[in-house]
Amino acid sequence: MSDKNAISVILAKCTGCTLCVRSCPFGAIQILNISAELNVHAEQGRGMNKKAVIDMSKCNLCGACVDVCKFKAIELKRAAKGPKKDLSAYKDVWVFCEQKKGVIQPISFELLGEGKKLARKLGTKLCAVILGSDIEAKIDELSARGADKVYIVDAPGLKFYQDDPYTKVLVELVSEYKPEVVLCGATTIGRSLISRVAVKIDAGLTADCTGLDIDEKEKLLLQTRPAFGGNIMATIITPNHRPQMATVRHKVMKEAEIHKTHKAEVIRKKYPDNIISSRTTLLDVIEEIEETVNLTEADIIVSGGSGMGGPDNFAIVKELAKVLGAAVGSSRRAVDAGWMPYSHQVGQTGKTVCPKLYIACGISGQIQHLIGMQSSKVIVAINKDPDAPIFKVATYGIVGDLFEIIPALTKEFRKILKKC
Amino acid sequence: MNIIVCIKQVPNTTDVKIDPVTNTLIRDGVESVINPFDAYAIEESVRLKERFGGKVTVITMGPPQAENALKEAISLGCDEAILVSDRKFAGSDTWATSYTLSCAIKKIGAFDVILCGKQASDGDTAQVGPGISTHLDVPQVTYVKKIEDISSSKAKVERMTEEGYDIVETPLPCLFTVVKEINTPRLPSLKGMMKAKSTKITKWTADDIGADPKSIGLEGSPTRVVKIFTPPPRVGGQILKGDTCEIAGKLAELLKDVVI
Repeated sequence: MSDKNAISVILAKCTGCTLCVRSCPFGAIQILNISAELNVHAEQGRGMNKKAVIDMSKCNLCGACVDVCKFKAIELKRAAKGPKKDLSAYKDVWVFCEQKKGVIQPISFELLGEGKKLARKLGTKLCAVILGSDIEAKIDELSARGADKVYIVDAPGLKFYQDDPYTKVLVELVSEYKPEVVLCGATTIGRSLISRVAVKIDAGLTADCTGLDIDEKEKLLLQTRPAFGGNIMATIITPNHRPQMATVRHKVMKEAEIHKTHKAEVIRKKYPDNIISSRTTLLDVIEEIEETVNLTEADIIVSGGSGMGGPDNFAIVKELAKVLGAAVGSSRRAVDAGWMPYSHQVGQTGKTVCPKLYIACGISGQIQHLIGMQSSKVIVAINKDPDAPIFKVATYGIVGDLFEIIPALTKEFRKILKKC
Repeated sequence: MNIIVCIKQVPNTTDVKIDPVTNTLIRDGVESVINPFDAYAIEESVRLKERFGGKVTVITMGPPQAENALKEAISLGCDEAILVSDRKFAGSDTWATSYTLSCAIKKIGAFDVILCGKQASDGDTAQVGPGISTHLDVPQVTYVKKIEDISSSKAKVERMTEEGYDIVETPLPCLFTVVKEINTPRLPSLKGMMKAKSTKITKWTADDIGADPKSIGLEGSPTRVVKIFTPPPRVGGQILKGDTCEIAGKLAELLKDVVI
């Protein structure tokens, strides 16, 4: 640690109350018995007091303990900021708009919706950035979603996503036009691309945000994201680097509305071959989603777990999903048993999803599964065990035999959806 | 083949419990383990070594106790282990972490493949792997679910996507981040455990790896955590009761607005 940044416990003020211990997300604080000579003792003894001790190898200087201490006994000194870089040249909010086979991904519209709000608060423009091949027709679509400017790079070498050319083009664009904020979906493409760009241009990057706002006084992007599986939220800023970059989780932000008459200014850029070139070669693109609905983009997910009893029984889950136009998910146990492919797995070692409705069938709700789905808006749990942890997060719970309940539900939904 | 595998020690989430009063994670007494995704990276590196010969070097940046994770990696078949540890690294974000690891990798020397897990289970950023490949200026393929073919100069791999997978060819040296589907990790062997006991872990500080002091730790990190808070806990709702048809009808009615 450079001696400019330091955290210390003021022993005279510390009462050993343990508030800080509980607040520390990194488990870096312990209450120890300390003698007047500042020696640590295993046993409580004469002349010793219980005091908080910070393990610097774990401490991340986040300041959570400072805020929680009622006795002002923890002091965090942040390095005096050096002469600030000139950040004033950086303007506008950019959204990297992901296209696959010429189709703009819905996450991009969600980011344009959120980006507009941020641009308004900053008093700057909202700009859409799109890379691809034969994508001229996409300009109107991005204009209609509220972009004030569209940066378009249209080249055969950009038809499919590849790390090298996309990174180089985005680095060129950012270096030339200097955006203040760059947003991108937390997709497989987004996370691979933006991580590279951020390192190249020395920018700050926050992953998988679920909340964005502007500190109006400092004009900084406030990036809020879940950590430790969503049990703790952290708000992160990028004070001295530009652009401020963030990837954003699917389905959290509201899509921008469509205004057909809105027209954006268009900036077309061409780059030489050495920028478009790639060291890796894309040989083939294979689509294998069984139910045609992408899990992370789905509004409704019906998931099955070990309670399904076997691969064939997933048929009733798939039937319910079909009626609802939903994607099919799975718990880890059902994947490990070979009942469903890994691409359907929801949870810590699978996908994190955030649909409007998540129906968990025969899933007990281990913490690793909850991490992946507990931000869903409505959760329905069907399980025969009334004590299953899944019921603790379920909006609606049904205790009973899923082989009776799922087909009955399918029937009811079919009725309702037909009526409309 | 010279293989480097980057791992992280994380709290074991199967042990994690929530404090019912403060609603934060109880981390006391929580066991530290190798990040679950890194276990697949270790297994894949050992399989590559078994096919082509060569050496697997496992590396981690972390506090002194991360040595245990390295020992475990040795017991799983890695040959050499390096702990990059220094108080100066405290407060590192993903930019500074990937820079630090890239400095250490440069010190290790020539490599053919670097393997990382797709992300760590505590931070979940998936940014450090791509950060390392960018600092080292080597190509990368993320979310690799299968190494189809690999020779001394190139590899053909499958990259998982939202819709399925891409087949990508890349020259070596290169960096892969891997997903769970790539393999089933083995358990440590008795021989491996004996080896883990006797293997000396190399320890490098910031000075040892020649890291620029301005690019490491809090100072080298563009991002700052300004607030940490506990989200309002999700509370269980209502349990629907009655016979099956009744419940199904009730639920369908309650969810009408959501599904239409």
